[in-house]
Amino acid sequence: MTHRLTRTTALASVLAFSAGALSAQQLTFLVDSSADSVAVTEALTAAYTEMNPDVTFSIETRPGGGEGDNIIKTRLATGEMPDLFIYNSGSLLQALRPDRTLLPVDEIENFGLINEAYVSTVQGESGATYGVPYETAQGGGIYYHKPTYEELGLEIPTTWDEFMANNARIAEETDVAPIAQTYRDTWTSQLFVLADFYNVLQAEPDFPAQYTANEAHYSDTPAAANGFSRLQEAYEAGYFNEDFGAATYNDGVAMVATGEAAHYPMLTFAVGVFQQNHPDLMEDVGFFAQPGDDPEANGLTVWMPTSLYAPADTEYPEIVNDFRNFVASPEACDIITDTIGVTGPYLISGCDLPDEVPGMVADLLPYFEEEGRTAPALEFLSPVKGPALEQLTVEVGSGIRDAASAAELYDQDVAKQARQLGLEGW
Amino acid sequence: MQRRSPYPYWFLLPAGTIFFVLFLVPTIASFYFSLTYWDPFEARFAGFENYVQFFSEPYLARGVMNTLIFALLTSGLKTVLGLLLAVLLTSGMLGQGLMRSVVFFPVLVSTIGVGLLFQELMHPTEGAINVALSWVGIDGPGWLTNPSLALFSVALVDVWRGVGLATLIYIAGLATISPDYYEAARIDGATRIQQFWRVTVPLVRPATTTVVILSLIGGLRLFDLIWAMTRGGPGFSSDVLASTIYKQYQAGFWGLSTAGNVILFLVIAVVILPLSLWFNRKEVDL
Amino acid sequence: MKTRQIVIGLISMAVFFVIFVIPFILVLLTASKTPAEAASVDFTLPERWVFWENLVETVQTRDYQLLLAYWNSSVITVGAIVGLVIFGAMVGYVLQRRDTKLTRGLFFMVLAGLMIPPAVVPTIWLLQGINLFKTLHGMVLIQIAYGLGFTVLLYRSFIATIPRDLDEAAIIDGGTPLQIFFRVILPLLKPVTVTIIVVQAIGIFNDFTHPLYYLPGAENVTVQLTLYNFQSQFVSQINLLFMNILLITIPPLLVFIFFNRQIVAGMTSGAVKG
Repeated sequence: MTHRLTRTTALASVLAFSAGALSAQQLTFLVDSSADSVAVTEALTAAYTEMNPDVTFSIETRPGGGEGDNIIKTRLATGEMPDLFIYNSGSLLQALRPDRTLLPVDEIENFGLINEAYVSTVQGESGATYGVPYETAQGGGIYYHKPTYEELGLEIPTTWDEFMANNARIAEETDVAPIAQTYRDTWTSQLFVLADFYNVLQAEPDFPAQYTANEAHYSDTPAAANGFSRLQEAYEAGYFNEDFGAATYNDGVAMVATGEAAHYPMLTFAVGVFQQNHPDLMEDVGFFAQPGDDPEANGLTVWMPTSLYAPADTEYPEIVNDFRNFVASPEACDIITDTIGVTGPYLISGCDLPDEVPGMVADLLPYFEEEGRTAPALEFLSPVKGPALEQLTVEVGSGIRDAASAAELYDQDVAKQARQLGLEGW
Repeated sequence: MQRRSPYPYWFLLPAGTIFFVLFLVPTIASFYFSLTYWDPFEARFAGFENYVQFFSEPYLARGVMNTLIFALLTSGLKTVLGLLLAVLLTSGMLGQGLMRSVVFFPVLVSTIGVGLLFQELMHPTEGAINVALSWVGIDGPGWLTNPSLALFSVALVDVWRGVGLATLIYIAGLATISPDYYEAARIDGATRIQQFWRVTVPLVRPATTTVVILSLIGGLRLFDLIWAMTRGGPGFSSDVLASTIYKQYQAGFWGLSTAGNVILFLVIAVVILPLSLWFNRKEVDL
Repeated sequence: MKTRQIVIGLISMAVFFVIFVIPFILVLLTASKTPAEAASVDFTLPERWVFWENLVETVQTRDYQLLLAYWNSSVITVGAIVGLVIFGAMVGYVLQRRDTKLTRGLFFMVLAGLMIPPAVVPTIWLLQGINLFKTLHGMVLIQIAYGLGFTVLLYRSFIATIPRDLDEAAIIDGGTPLQIFFRVILPLLKPVTVTIIVVQAIGIFNDFTHPLYYLPGAENVTVQLTLYNFQSQFVSQINLLFMNILLITIPPLLVFIFFNRQIVAGMTSGAVKG
């Protein structure tokens, strides 16, 4: 501990010296253009500049989704990457060739505070760690409209069959759409497949390893193909909102907040949107994990936070890592909470949540507190992930294609990705 | 020794250099890169793997078909409507100057803007188009969400956006036809419709060539409007070659994407070359 | 004007109004609404007109990004147009006047340039190599390269209508090739030049795809990319999105209004003669 302190002090004085000598430094910072990311970045950089008046930031936004992936890769490969950027953890990070392109964070002072399960999703093959968590961990599950549940006396489902029984009653007894789907934002269609992964893992604990090795696939592993069949089942039962093909993510959030729809399968980062667009309806919405077959094994599929990375060729490696050290501190968590509210658990030890959190966040926390009730999504356990999943789930969810053929096509898509990346065994 | 030409070849140098370096070199390089597994970080030689992959993609065949359908449909509609509108707008009717400007307005708006606008207008339940249809008792379709309709909806919007330019070219073409021809036709007792088929259509052929070729090339290459309106969806139902290529690029499969580019180039060549030869031969015949 | 022409005119205007004008009225109405009202784009009048507020908010977004974008797009458009007109006319002139194997081959290249979809990724790789990636002048050169096909085609066919006697007279007077081109030929090309300026300026100003690929970076933002950035940022604010569409359509509209009458003249002599 003493050793660490001395080193940091030394580092701090070096920084102070160089900052003084070189006058003001401006760091460039690339974030996705979602309102939350921009707000958090503005707040964190402003706080850092207050502590280090010589360091200022210029924030640039980029589109999200596949376009964003591409911009990140191109910029990194061409040495045009700003000094700091935020990006996914897990399989998408691996595609950035982190060992060649990114600046490690293993040496920062707060490294020990970072959650270990998270750290394993931002490491390269060399074992070095490249990111610090930005914002909170996410769960993938189902938002539900509490007043509808109360009115009909429904229970939180712990199996898929109970969930479908709830939907049947909602469809029968109310005008509410049982499930909101929003395919104008195609990515939202993947939730029933991706958030089912906790259940896949309960049935087939070795699936990630075999899948990575090209030994198990969606189409020949019934537990894995379930996600597709469930989506098909929900579509065929006619449970979706009428305009599911044209509705947007924001519409989905609005539907479950206002009670136009009873359920909306989504990642928990939607909390931010609920807060921004429907602050007075926050307590009308609750959250539960996507149920599987076994009521005893009910748990949540977890997404690691997006991470803060820096390119290996940044001009200011010391300042960059000092800023990342700051982001991995409890003070930074508090700033994030003040800016966008609580969206889930932080992965920095010492980061506490305020006593009062919105009900939908409170619903999320028990899964994290009990042993064995969370499992990482597949993309954090395997580098193999096909790019066409969202089109395939739109097809299944719109009745254009059946679940079995979608699972097969997705396997082909995955094989294509693995071959393009040059993975072993494909 | 010939005397120095007053039309020296070095006049070609500035444009030629830019064109060669920024267009031809990448195009030639693309033939090589299409034979590699190429991502932002490295290129590994792959032989014809990418082409095999592209043709085994279940939706490639559909993408090629969609590209052809889209190009033929939009080019056909722009040609026919463009000519009819041009005839209408040169007939000396009330307000024709104003209407000439109005038909050109959509050309001025960016494709992305047009796409975003029509995405709203074509919303199945709240969009202005279906709301207006419901006033007359028609239950409008899901323009962009019905998989068998989405491509055609985008094609209609493309015609809306592009017909102004076709009309303009035809108006220019009509202006080159000497009134004497119509005079002669009238003396021969030709009706207006006969005049249209016997005088206007044959004599406006150069303009037709321009409109057909330009709109076909544009239609075969079209990307931004499809991307702004459907991103190839729902599912893959409105994917065209250009959007497939872009998706592979997005996924980081640059070699595969470049192979798609080469295929698109071949498709365009196969469609356009015979057509422009045919048009040119016809002109010689006249 | 005969009754018949008035009747046809009135009917046509009604149809044109529905098809071409109403969508723009909807843009205008939506851009004048509050976010809640704009949630669905419909025919209702705004309860409260907030056109000016929306305009100010759109311009101020992200540190006046839109103003920077106007500047960047204008620089690219003007730079590329100047290059296209001068270099393109020179090429069209020589290709038309000198009929050799070389010029015929080059003309085929020009046509190919019109057809071939640009190989985007290799172009990025190349721009990197010559330090033009992510620069405004690199973007200008790209737009010149991509616009040459259309420009040369139009100039070449227009120059065919200019009698050779003119240049021959100038040659006899002892003019150098450059003098002949700039003093005699270029001024005669005015009609087709106007057409090229209008069509290319609108195309380049409205270009979305190529700046997206070749000109990343907040300081390089162009007007079409603001629309794209705003789309995710204004996800629940269609009013501001539509305001942005209105604002970025103004420059092309001005170009059109200014040159409207001359465009057809240029087309007549250029595009429609084989």
